[in-house]
Amino acid sequence: MKWLLLKDLQILKRSPLLTALLIVYPIVLAVLIGFAVSRGPDKPRIAFVNEIEAEQASEGLDLGEGGFSQEQAFDQLCERVECVDAADRDEAITMVEDGEVLGALILPEDFLDDLTDQIGGVGLDAATVEVYVNEDDPVKARLVDDRITALLTEANLRLSEEISAQLLGYLDILVEGGEFEIPLLGQTIEVLGLERTERGLEAIRGQTSGEQREVLDGVIRFAALAGQNLAFADELLGSVAEPIAVEKTVVSGDVPPLDTFAISVAIAITLMFVTTLLVAGSLALEREENTFARLTRGLVSRAGLLVEKIGLGTICSAAVALVLLGVLELFVSLDWARFPLFAAAIVLAGAAFAAMGSAIGVAAREVRASALAAFALTLPIAFLSLVPSGTVSESLFDWIRVVTGAFPFRPALDALSAGLSSSGDLGLNLFHLAILTLAYFALARVGLRRFA
Amino acid sequence: MAPKATTALQVDGVCKSYGERRALRGVSFEAARGELLAVVGPNGAGKTTLLGILAGIRDPDQGSVRANGGEIGWVPQQAALYRRLTVEENLRLFARLERAGDPDAAVEGMLAQTGLDERRGDQVSTLSGGNQQRINIAIGLLSEPAVLLLDEPSAGLDPGQRIRLWEFVAGLAEAGTTVIYSTHQIEEASHYGDRLLVLADGEALFDGSFAAMRRAAGARGAVKDPEADFVRFLTKQGH
Repeated sequence: MKWLLLKDLQILKRSPLLTALLIVYPIVLAVLIGFAVSRGPDKPRIAFVNEIEAEQASEGLDLGEGGFSQEQAFDQLCERVECVDAADRDEAITMVEDGEVLGALILPEDFLDDLTDQIGGVGLDAATVEVYVNEDDPVKARLVDDRITALLTEANLRLSEEISAQLLGYLDILVEGGEFEIPLLGQTIEVLGLERTERGLEAIRGQTSGEQREVLDGVIRFAALAGQNLAFADELLGSVAEPIAVEKTVVSGDVPPLDTFAISVAIAITLMFVTTLLVAGSLALEREENTFARLTRGLVSRAGLLVEKIGLGTICSAAVALVLLGVLELFVSLDWARFPLFAAAIVLAGAAFAAMGSAIGVAAREVRASALAAFALTLPIAFLSLVPSGTVSESLFDWIRVVTGAFPFRPALDALSAGLSSSGDLGLNLFHLAILTLAYFALARVGLRRFA
Repeated sequence: MAPKATTALQVDGVCKSYGERRALRGVSFEAARGELLAVVGPNGAGKTTLLGILAGIRDPDQGSVRANGGEIGWVPQQAALYRRLTVEENLRLFARLERAGDPDAAVEGMLAQTGLDERRGDQVSTLSGGNQQRINIAIGLLSEPAVLLLDEPSAGLDPGQRIRLWEFVAGLAEAGTTVIYSTHQIEEASHYGDRLLVLADGEALFDGSFAAMRRAAGARGAVKDPEADFVRFLTKQGH
């Protein structure tokens, strides 16, 4: 068996295309995944047009102490997206149509006026920003919608906080009294306040009697009650700015970190393609070269030949996975103290994919057909395995779990995630992979009876 | 029946069926040491099935195959070689798998015997069909078998390659190896075979020399067209 294994490695060395695929594929995949997980998503490009007159824009929105500067809002916006200046509305729309930017955000000329009127209580219409998007594919559409909705929600929240703070100031003046500047008019007036009103009325209460005192007592009670109740409004207004707070508790699902999951997906996909194709092709090649009958005529048993092919696949998959991890180490920091754990996952995943490859090779019988069959079988299974729960109906998801459980991709992915981080049950997934290895080995062994 | 002292292979009543189709119907024969036995017959006569059973690749439904000492070597119809490996690498691999006592010596011996010493470093895919067939046969000889089975060894070869191949095979027989080969080319069988075993529809119709077969077919005089004589024989036998 040792000589057969060396022979296969020798043949592999003399197949430049396959060898290049084995070396280049994991490196390219590792570099792509490495960039993706280490750099994070780029900011979406949004064209920005400000039609508000310069003078009004520099003044911003007067909300008392805090204020709402347009320049400040613009800076905040451009922290979240890459703002691309557009000369006017038409240029912005053209940029969206041409795909230069994901969307265009336009502040109309009357935006600040409408906002001021609304806050001052004199306007009925909400201040409106205009958004132009190019939803030429569903993924892009979702991305643009999510980004712009998030930005506007944040802007609304900020405005709401500023307005609430301003209203709290008004309430304090109403309760405690003090100087008050009338918005828009700029005129300052002295407000007596409910507390001082109550104290003033209490002071003159002794000078009244009969019906006058009763009326005065009523006014004093009103002033006291109003002051007490308005004090409660502080908390209420505070909660208006952020009416819903989130407290997240994970009740199930031991999720690996995103970068670990990305690395696991990269390794699982690499092992799936490289190992399955290699073993299926190698076994089919024995038939195409007419050597199968010669080998199994006493030189090596059929089971021995299968073990050799699965061994070849496992060795190559381990080497490829280590290359991939080595390149990924340049981008993300791997916990090499867990090496024995993820090495076990790599070896068993490789063995399971190799066993599946041997079954495909036996069934397809020809190298080209085996490659086609390997692609046709593994790709949909990989996609199905990545369907998260909750995105499809419960019964459909159960079926997906059953189907993907019969193939090595999902347990390989889970085992790799568990091996690279402390998420999931490594032992259970390794056991699953071992069972699949034996099952596919048995399937291939039965198929070999009619292989020659 | 006990085999004679010079009998290398004895076949008794071998039958084989594939479903309803009977590929072999009680075929019996013997082959002596150093004999060149040609198994001839039209396509579908059962030649490859018979050689497969003799080689141990297929099991007979009935009957037995006995080799009188030594192994049975088998050379498939199409070259069973790794085309990306060199001549030497192929020979060394199979020598090791055959557990030859000294694989290197076995390789050198086969390279000398096949006359391909100068091509030892060439990948098999670059060799001509005739040279590939030589390597194919050489691998069958690595176990130093007493009986060598060749399944249509000259198929696909040009006339020059055929002549060189048969000279090589004749040399093996002269050295004491019993060679049993299948062919549907009666001229080759008559020229290079010591004996003919004629198969048709899985039945052994004749076992003897080419001259005896001609006589059985009613042919007289010098051999002008062996193919015509063979067809006449089959027709006379009802095939």
